[in-house]
Amino acid sequence: MKTFLLCYFSVISGLFLYLYQDPALEESIQRGSEIYADFCVTCHLTEGEGVANAFPPLAKSDYLMNNREGSIRGIKYGQQGKLVVNGATYNSVMAPLGLEDEEIADVMNYILHSWGNTSDKIVTVEEVKAISKVAAH
Amino acid sequence: MKNSVLLTCLLVAMVNISCAQPSDNKVDIPSEVPFTANLIIDELPIPWGMAFLPDGSMLVTEKSGDLIHFKDGKKTKVINVPQVYSRGQGGLLDIALHPDYKNNGWIYITYSSTEGEGDGGNTAIIRAKLKDNALVDNELLYKATPNTTKGQHFGSRIAFDNEAYLYFSAGERGERDVNPQDITRDNGKIYRLYDDGRIPEDNPFVGVAGAKTAIFSYGHRNPQGLVKNPYTGEIWDHEHGPRGGDELNIIKKGANYGWPVITYGINYSGTPITDKTAMEGMEQPIHYWLPSIAPSGITFVTTDNYKGYKGNLLVGSLAFQYLERLVLNGNKVIKREKLMADLGRVRNVKEGPDGLIYVAVEGKGIYKLVPKS
Repeated sequence: MKTFLLCYFSVISGLFLYLYQDPALEESIQRGSEIYADFCVTCHLTEGEGVANAFPPLAKSDYLMNNREGSIRGIKYGQQGKLVVNGATYNSVMAPLGLEDEEIADVMNYILHSWGNTSDKIVTVEEVKAISKVAAH
Repeated sequence: MKNSVLLTCLLVAMVNISCAQPSDNKVDIPSEVPFTANLIIDELPIPWGMAFLPDGSMLVTEKSGDLIHFKDGKKTKVINVPQVYSRGQGGLLDIALHPDYKNNGWIYITYSSTEGEGDGGNTAIIRAKLKDNALVDNELLYKATPNTTKGQHFGSRIAFDNEAYLYFSAGERGERDVNPQDITRDNGKIYRLYDDGRIPEDNPFVGVAGAKTAIFSYGHRNPQGLVKNPYTGEIWDHEHGPRGGDELNIIKKGANYGWPVITYGINYSGTPITDKTAMEGMEQPIHYWLPSIAPSGITFVTTDNYKGYKGNLLVGSLAFQYLERLVLNGNKVIKREKLMADLGRVRNVKEGPDGLIYVAVEGKGIYKLVPKS
């Protein structure tokens, strides 16, 4: 009986968290799509395909998938210098965009769930807030 | 037989004429160039505007908000620079000296400003003097309204004509269906002011009810190139279009440049904006870029320092990261050339008072094009 209850509650709470997170994620993605259309699309284009030699792709980008923190840092503080994405080297400048932490979380969620990209974990405002200009060693 | 040859020739001629731009949307790569590019100021993230002081030193605006005085090989930050609204494409933008700077000392600066009511910012222009490494006597000449938190299209280039009228651009701030075609609203406009900020009595919309009377021309998207044609005295602009719609225009008083009613471009997503590229009462560009190069900065070459370049236009390309040379025949672009390929995002290009060309590249700095002897 004890085991059953434990299982029962963990399933229920798991389900609750799953269902609860989903609408939050959906709404964040929706807001993020508007931020993307305003701040990002000019260079990274509508399908996240980027421009060869100038602006790295976001669609199926290995950099984005493997460097969640670095990606957020780039959006938050700007990005400059060499960056290798899907085997190609980029050496360009992205100015700091002046976005609020919530907007950064939203646009990250949009990017992480578009054009074939997937992510298990929602980007939260707290996660963005915790990221400082210089990476911790 | 003779007739068929004639007919073929005629047909070829007709095909050529019927295309708006026969062959000039092809960009050539020259095998040799008449200059060497020397990096004279390094480590500048986004150098936006450049001005040349009479003592040979330079003022450079950094988009982030710094004004840099470059003198004797040293960078110094100028103080008392207006606070910028640093969001999206906004920041500290263009800088220009009054044509009579030697006598009056006025410096003109555009930037994104939060001045006035409402969240966000919009394009503003001030004039000020440089004294002891600080801006002094700052005067706000114009501030576009309303403020908005959108990130796009501040425009902001500055130019003076032969009568010392001040021209500057303000992009449509991401509100293409609201701003550019409405002369009672700011944005999507090129403005003309007296050098002290007063509105000239003969501006085209003076006396029109509700109109923003500083407007000189309208229907623009995001002009980031504005220059006086030194040969004709006219003001030329280029502006970022949507995909495939970057334009080169000659600015006429009271004229409508059509955005977004007519354009050669389409939405970034590939969907159409309009099926019209021309309409009665709207100006045609003298050139449009296909694909878009994302033009920023523009200058005429007026010297013989660079063999064959005199009278040509130079334009920076942000998207394709090179300096474009446009050979003109009157008002027609007859040849395009890609210079300084893959150097980086070219934000600005200017001919200095020394007759040499200076090129501002994002993430790199300022290059001087030293003529090959």
